[in-house]
Amino acid sequence: MSNFFKASIGRKVLVGLSGLFLFSFILVHLTVNLFLLAGQESYNIATHFMTTNPVIQTIEPILAVGFILHIAYSVWLTFLNQKTRPQKFLKVDQSKSSTWASRNMFVLGGLIFVFLIIHISNFWYKLNFTEIGYIEHGGEMMKDAYTMVASSFAIWWYVVIYVAGAVLLGFHLNHGFQSAFQTIGLSNEIWRKRWTVIGNFLSIVIAAGFSIIALYFLIKHLIS
Amino acid sequence: MNLTLKIWRQKNANSKGAFVTYNLEGASQEMSFLEMLDYLNSTLIGKGEEPIAFEHDCREGICGSCSLYINGRAHGQDSKSATCELRMSRYKDGDTIVIEPWRSKAFPVIKDLIVDRSAFEKILEAGGFISANTGAAPEANSIPVPREHADKSFDAASCIGCGACVSACKNASAQLFIASKVSQLALLPQGRVEAKLRARNMIAKADELGFGSCTNTGACEIECPKGISLAHIARLNREFLKATL
Ligand code: SF4
Ligand code: FES
Repeated sequence: MSNFFKASIGRKVLVGLSGLFLFSFILVHLTVNLFLLAGQESYNIATHFMTTNPVIQTIEPILAVGFILHIAYSVWLTFLNQKTRPQKFLKVDQSKSSTWASRNMFVLGGLIFVFLIIHISNFWYKLNFTEIGYIEHGGEMMKDAYTMVASSFAIWWYVVIYVAGAVLLGFHLNHGFQSAFQTIGLSNEIWRKRWTVIGNFLSIVIAAGFSIIALYFLIKHLIS
Repeated sequence: MNLTLKIWRQKNANSKGAFVTYNLEGASQEMSFLEMLDYLNSTLIGKGEEPIAFEHDCREGICGSCSLYINGRAHGQDSKSATCELRMSRYKDGDTIVIEPWRSKAFPVIKDLIVDRSAFEKILEAGGFISANTGAAPEANSIPVPREHADKSFDAASCIGCGACVSACKNASAQLFIASKVSQLALLPQGRVEAKLRARNMIAKADELGFGSCTNTGACEIECPKGISLAHIARLNREFLKATL
């Protein structure tokens, strides 16, 4: 076991597994966001469920651990990989041999992290730690998260940041998805193609899904 | 045709090295890339200058000694081919060509375009062998090997140890090289026995020698003159996980 943590592949496996865990969280997140399109009551009930359900509440700290593992190990690996070529090549052309996203995972990850901070302080923090309005749905009082979101998405520059975050995330996941399966060894000639196709599809769904919701609210605000 | 060549010159392992620009007249499109360099060297010798040192041997893509990073790509612009297989017909009159040695911490430059690749030998010494005692040759039919395994093992065995994978990789990882050795042996009955340990020990050695870790960009597979598949890296990862967990 100690050999696992000492070796480069062991660290990579931790990045890959935590990445896949975060990927599944993103899918759940998008699903909850889709309730925004169904209207105020649906979304508020969905948010109420997410913030009060005991199972979800236990998963939240695990999610934080997932983020920390993923970030810490990627930073460490990238730092080590920076030292492997002290004398750089004068001319490098990797455009024919690899995708742009695959070569820029660290930069993409860093930008997503910045977005994450903005997003957490703007949404999660407000929802959990500030006094936002309450509303009654089906005889139960709950936080009116819908109005809070709608007012954020009425600000054009916030939507710009949000859409940029979603697109960056899409690129990151586009490489990350198939890469994670390769790292944990669940890949071969055929499955690599399959993971790539599935990853391409899901990363587009994720980038487009989050973006469309934000744009929907902005447009709704602009025409009303 | 006339060419502008920007070539890395370095006296020895301890000196600093720099690019020198040569204007070469009279190269022909019929030449191979290495013949073009031979021709350049003959003009340098004619002028009393020291010829450029570069490695080559078979000049038919089987020995793995030629190792040039040409215009930003390992073994030049053609995918899945070695430097010696590159023809000057791929260039035109007036082109500028940047020629560099493999660059990575684990492959130090010895002179000009020649690097020391003994780090690969050290990785092989750490596990790229079979120590299982196989005794006298048994009756061939008593150890059946599935056709698929034999083919994949053979594909992996076609690695010529050139080091292009390390150069093509943004992390200077030797994963494709290691994977080819691990797969070649793990897929055959005698090698299967030590497959896990082999993966673990070879990875540990590569880490120690200063090779980077793989981030699955896939550049190695494209630049590898033998087209060694990334699927072998997935197998290496599996063997590593079996050995350590
Ligand atoms: S895997 Fe390919 S690129 Fe790497 S050393 Fe072997 S033949 Fe060369
Ligand atoms: S000289 Fe032998 S492979 Fe190129």
